[in-house]
Formats: sequence, C-alpha cells, structure tokens
Amino acid sequence: MSETAHQPLGGRIVTKPFMILGLLVLIGGYFILRRFIFGMGDVSNMSNGYPIGTWVVLDVVIGTAFGCGGFAMALLVYIFNRNAYHPLIRPALLGGVFGYTLAGLAVMIDLGRYWNAFNLLLPWYAQINSVIFEVALCVMAYITVLWIEFWPAFLERMPPAFKQRFNLHPLQAFLRRYMYVFIGLGVLLPTMHQSSLGSVLLIMGSKLSPLWYTTWLPLLFLISALTMGYGVVMLESTLVQRAFKRPSEAALLTKLSRIVAGLLVAFLVVRIGDVLARGQLGLAFTGDRYSLLFLMETALFAAPVFVLASRRRCANERLRFLATLSLLAAGSLYRMNGYLLAINPGNGWTYFPSAPELMITIGVVCLEIMLYLIFIKTLPVLPGRTIESAGRPS
Amino acid sequence: MDQNRRQFLRGAAGAITTAAAAVAAPVHEALAFGPREPKALPPKAVGMLYDSTLCVGCKACVSACKVANGMPAEQPATLAAWNEGTWDAAEDISGQTLNVIRVYQDGTMARKDREQDGYAFVKRHCLHCVDPSCISVCPVSAMQKDPVTGIVTHNPDACIGCRYCVYGCPFNVPQYQFDEAFGRIAKCQFCNHLQAQGQLPACCDVCPTGASLFGLVEDLQAEAEQRLAVKPGAMYEFPRGKLGGDRVGHTAPMGEYQPHIYGEKESGGTQVRYLTGVPHEKLGLPELPDHSYAAVSEGMQHTLYKGMIAPLALLGGLVVLARRSAKTDHDADPTRTDEEDSSS
Repeated sequence: MSETAHQPLGGRIVTKPFMILGLLVLIGGYFILRRFIFGMGDVSNMSNGYPIGTWVVLDVVIGTAFGCGGFAMALLVYIFNRNAYHPLIRPALLGGVFGYTLAGLAVMIDLGRYWNAFNLLLPWYAQINSVIFEVALCVMAYITVLWIEFWPAFLERMPPAFKQRFNLHPLQAFLRRYMYVFIGLGVLLPTMHQSSLGSVLLIMGSKLSPLWYTTWLPLLFLISALTMGYGVVMLESTLVQRAFKRPSEAALLTKLSRIVAGLLVAFLVVRIGDVLARGQLGLAFTGDRYSLLFLMETALFAAPVFVLASRRRCANERLRFLATLSLLAAGSLYRMNGYLLAINPGNGWTYFPSAPELMITIGVVCLEIMLYLIFIKTLPVLPGRTIESAGRPS
Repeated sequence: MDQNRRQFLRGAAGAITTAAAAVAAPVHEALAFGPREPKALPPKAVGMLYDSTLCVGCKACVSACKVANGMPAEQPATLAAWNEGTWDAAEDISGQTLNVIRVYQDGTMARKDREQDGYAFVKRHCLHCVDPSCISVCPVSAMQKDPVTGIVTHNPDACIGCRYCVYGCPFNVPQYQFDEAFGRIAKCQFCNHLQAQGQLPACCDVCPTGASLFGLVEDLQAEAEQRLAVKPGAMYEFPRGKLGGDRVGHTAPMGEYQPHIYGEKESGGTQVRYLTGVPHEKLGLPELPDHSYAAVSEGMQHTLYKGMIAPLALLGGLVVLARRSAKTDHDADPTRTDEEDSSS
C-alpha cells in the first residue's frame, strides 16, 4: 500500500483537447507578438491608474497560488511526516513547476522594460527595502528549486546507457542524498514570497479599501496560498482520475479535506477578526461594490468548510468537488480583490481587461495545461501501481 | 461515530499545527510589528509653493515643461483636427506630460477659488516626497532621492518597467508610456538638469504670477504660513520665480485660503506646498495620513527579514524535519529511483 512507484501514464499526446489548447496558445502567441512590436497599450487596457492588470494578477498572484500544490504537500509529507499522502506529491510538484515557470514567463510579457530584467540580479541595482525585489528573487530561486525537486523524474526516465554516457549517476546520487535541503528550501521560499505578495499591498494605503488593507496581509496571503495549494491537489487528482479512468484517491482526499477545512477556518478567524478589530466590519454591509465583493469572498471561503469538515458530506464526490472549486475561487477572488477590484486610484480611473489582454493570459494557462499533459504521459509522475488494471486511456 | 469524531479532531489539530508552524515565525514577528522610523527632510531640500489663488490657468508652465524636457505636445483626439501639433491640451499628466494645470468647476463658476458656483486651478506633478513610496517599491533602485536637494529622480537604464511605482504612488505621479514598444517611466524631476546650470525649474521660471514659486522648502513653508496669517483681501507683495531671488514681484490682494498647507505633512511630508481656496480633496489632492505607507511596508519587511534571522532559523528547522522524514521513511525520499519498477 505504501509502495508508491511513479509511472508515465502513456497514451497519445496529440488529442483533440490538446489541439484546442494549442490553438488558444497560438492566439495568445499572436497577441504577445503584437505586445512586443507595438507596445503594451496595443493589446492591454492597463493605464496609469491601473498599471497592474490581469497578466500580473491572474498569471502571477493567482497563478503561483495555484502552483502551491508542491509547497503545501511537501509541508505535509516531509515536514509533518504524513507519508500516507506521498502518492499526491509528484503531480503536485509538477503543477508547481509549470505554475511558477509560466508565471515567470508572464512577468517577462508584463515588464515594460524587459531588456533590463537582468538588473534584478545585479547587486549594485538591488533595493532591499522593496517587497517586489524580495518576491522577484524568491520566486526565481523557487523555480530553480522546483525543477531540482522534479529532476529525479527525468533521471528515472532516462535510458541507463544515456546516463552512463553523460555520467549522470553521481548527480542522481547527490540529489538522493541531499534532497532534504531542497525540500527545506522548497517550503521556506514559498512561505517567504507568498506572504510577501500580501506585503506588496501595504504600500497601497488609502488606495485599497479598508476591508482589505491590514498589516495581517502577509499572513492572510500565506494561509490562502496553502488552502489553494491543497485545493489544486484535490482538483488535479479528481480531474486526472476522471479523465484517465484511474482508481480513485478518495480515501486520501477525504483525509486531506479536514486539514483544508482547518486552514479555511484559520483564514476566516484572522480575516474577520482583523476587520472587526479595526472597527471596519460596518463597511461589509453598506451594499456598495466593496461590501459585495467582501461578502462574496467570505461566503466562498466559508461554504467549503461545511463540506470538508464533515466526513459524510466529504465522501460525496460531487460535493467535495464543488467545495474544492469554491475554495479555489475564494482564494483567487481574495487575491484579485486585493490587487485590482478593491483598489481605487481616484480621478475616475476604471479598468476592465481587453480581449487580447485576456487571450494572452488564457494562452499562458493553456500552455501550462499542455505541458502538464505531456509530462504526466511521458514521465513517471503519477502513482503507477495500478497502471495495468487501469488500462490505456484512449 | 466516536471514531469519526476523533479522526476529525486529529485532522483539525493537524491542520492547525500545519498552519501554525508554517506561519509561526511571521505571526510572532508581526505581533511586534511597527512602522519604520519616518525620514527627515534633506538639509538643502528645494521645493515649490503652488498658490492656487494666484494661478490664472495660462499653462505657460505646461508648455515650458515640454520644451525643457523634450516632450511632445499632446492633444485629445477630438481636437486633433485643429492646428495639429501646434498647441498642447494634455488633460492630465501622462507618459508625455510631466506637469499639467487642471481646473475645478462647480455650478455657475461665477467666482474663482470658491467651492460652490466657483472654479479653481490646480497643478499636477511630482511632489518629491520626503519618504517616497516609489523609491520604496522599486526593486532595482531606479528611483533615487538626492541626499542634499531631495529631488526624486528616475534612471531609465536601471528600470525594468514593473510599474509598481505607478501603482504605489499616493499621488499617481509616475506614468508609464503604454503606447510605446520601448516605453519608459515619465515623472517630473524638478528640472534638475536646469538646476545644475543654476537655472530655475521651467515651470517656476515662466510663471507670470508667481503661483509656482521655487525655493528652499523651509523658506517656502515660512512663506506659506505667512500668507495664511495675512487677512484675506489685504495687499501683499508676491514674489516671482524664486523665493528670495532678484526678480520683481507683484502686488495683489491676498487670497481666501483653506486653513491647510497641503504637502507639509501628507504621506510623511513632501517638498511641495499647496495653498488653495477650494478644499484640496476637490482638486484631486488626496486625503493622506501623516506617515508614508513606505514606512509601513518597510517596517513589515524589516521585522520579518531582520538580518535574515527568521528565514534562516525557519530553513534550519525545515531541513532538519525534512531530513528526519527522509531517514525514517524510505518512501518519503522523493529521489528514490523507481527504476526497479519501470522500464529498466
């Protein structure tokens, strides 16, 4: 039972859904090209009132939270030694690899002076008081760590003759021996930059509604990164199981659900406690845009608790799936509110993303899903003990 | 049932420990959180006193600013057919406009500098904060504050175009050129290239009424306080160009001011002072606390990352725990090869 060898899923790579995803990536690519030739204004509705748009908010602020599956599972399996969850870790790690790597790609599209991006790594340009500086370096380091953590999957797949030829065995031995260091880093770095994504908003001051502006932002962003990380693991497991007719991991997910319920409660206690302590709870019931967003966000956080904390309700796969969607929507909305929807720069500025701008974001996400599919089909990612009985997916 | 309950409690306890441990260090630190010390005005800080009641809205300052900084004229699309490119009608500061005069209008607009049924002018440009948010957020030190004059400058060769200065500035001053393939951040740098040659900033240099007045911040503050102390309507000698300079001033009746010198304390203090007849928030000058949000943000970072002690301690703990997991349980080692089960 505890034997969790990983195996490639196999099967055809170029399927119909794969081609649809590919088409969306091409459309995104076209607009990315336009962005670089004609400037950001050609494809985006961003303005000097709302200089941060969907590329940062969806692809980076929310996208990396979706990539926190590897972080959340590593915390559980390696730090709290809950080995039962081990089968879920490698797919979660792979989600993190792409979630973060493509967030990096999105940043390069979004940077207005991308040819200077290397300045982030030059010590004489470093500005250590900058929260964004911390996020940038920390995310770069974490992308590296994620690829290192995932590297064994490549090594396992390589033909022994190839490994012999390029003398990769010592590398494999090194990784096996010292992986715990990278695991430690793989938990520390997301703790740092996910909380910093909250600290970024401390500069917004009165531009951000008091329902969101608090010095507890870093903690709230960290907890929401964990809930979304576990949420994504549950979502991915359910989807892969359905799509490829694999055996259910329901027993494991039910156990995991209760941890997630605890985290959601922790988030709500800090979130509402803080608004209450600052005496701003009245703003939640004024009926304006901010109050509706706050209530919607809170409802999305609270609803899954009733499903995930109950063993009986959680056994219902449909309910559990809905709860997972709700908690992912909750975390995403919280982040989108903080960065965009609850921001008022004044002077009558408004923002709604343009279609080309959204197509770039959609293209990046589709590329992420395509790469994920290629990887789970060709590399040992998913637990493979029952691959024979599961049969080949069509 | 009892079994379920126990399992639930265990699960919940696990979850709370998970959360608590992951955030223990930050939480503990956050409890001891306080904003960073406020910053002091540089010794020879230069600035500007903008007196809205003196401004006649001629926009000579806008035009002179364009010439001094090599920026093109801007026209709304609706006016483009009229004498294209020959006159400037920028509606707000932008990637092509560092300084602009805007007008407040109410009702019949019968009288200048009156909130109701009146109108008033206001100038928009960088206020050169004492504790600027743009400098605090910039990851690559592209924004700099001169240690002597306090002028906030921008270095496009360092800038990566992340636009957090645009996002974080409480006055919405830095502007990115979204319509350029190789856009840059545009902001007023108080004509420091002219000041280096002993000249005045272009806007103060050309202002016919002394509404834009250049000088040392301390002197300008004293001048502003003095104007507030004089009875409205009393004749007063208003200087032009530079406070304490050799230009001829002009005599005019004192305006009816709001009893507030905007820019003195806002956002931790700025190097620009505004005297207005209409409440400042009506003129697009936002209500702000006496401290800079940069002090809040940096206070948080300095608490969490002081000497990198908390992160390193957390890393140490994590590595020890990860090692224990890897040791006690063969399965927990992600590097275990699956070769025995797979292809080979």
